[in-house]
Amino acid sequence: MLFYVFAAIAVVSSALVIGQRNPIHSVLLLIASFGAISGLYVQLDAPFLAVIQIIVYAGAIMVLFLYVVMLLNAPREDAAEWDRLHPLQQPGAARYGSVLAVLLVVQLGWALSRTLGVQEAVGARADGTVVSSVRTLGRTLFTEYLFAFEATSILILVAMVGAVLLARREEP
Amino acid sequence: MTPLSHYLILSAILFAIGTAGVFMRRNLITILLSIEIMLNAVNLTFVAFGRYLGTVNGQIIVTFVMTVAAAEAAVGLAIVVALYRHRESLNPDTFTALKW
Repeated sequence: MLFYVFAAIAVVSSALVIGQRNPIHSVLLLIASFGAISGLYVQLDAPFLAVIQIIVYAGAIMVLFLYVVMLLNAPREDAAEWDRLHPLQQPGAARYGSVLAVLLVVQLGWALSRTLGVQEAVGARADGTVVSSVRTLGRTLFTEYLFAFEATSILILVAMVGAVLLARREEP
Repeated sequence: MTPLSHYLILSAILFAIGTAGVFMRRNLITILLSIEIMLNAVNLTFVAFGRYLGTVNGQIIVTFVMTVAAAEAAVGLAIVVALYRHRESLNPDTFTALKW
């Protein structure tokens, strides 16, 4: 039952994220959505990921977004004339596009609800002790996936240098 | 217990919302936020399947996805800041210098 509460929060706040004109409201609503997804991770016996989701996503990445929104001081989308010109805003295109999007979601939901096997409960095949253990997670991460782990450290370094270089003010 | 299909349907809905945001919004920051929604939808699928199959690999891939998301957000926002300095606008339709 808790699943449906978290799912409703995630879907509603994600829909509001793309429905808002004000980017600060969008960022704050996205933090709510990430909190709900973190609750879903707890339901899925992944407590480590739930904590990481809160700390890294809602804590670090969203604060970075918020910081840039405030730095640029462009609170609203200067969108009125662009919205009128945009092809998706033309009445026919918007109608058919949203119908097709809803159709795609309905189709996906129907296909998934008809597939056997995925009808089982998520914890049906395994006991939760293996999955939820942080010890197992760390052991696998540092043995089986060691190369990928080290590669991500290089990725982070490159991203850091790139971000500093891109956002630097050019000296005359 | 919740069936696996419910998690997959929720993930599909979130991914569709993110895709709609990328296509419909005229603001670079909101487009980046929509990409984050899509990445989270995929993460939910990974964790749900990992739990379903009783393996820890799904969670490990999610940690990698989170790392890539952090790097992408940092570089993407730096590009947004640089673009805003050039054109004083966040509208992606403003940046047409490479358009034929």
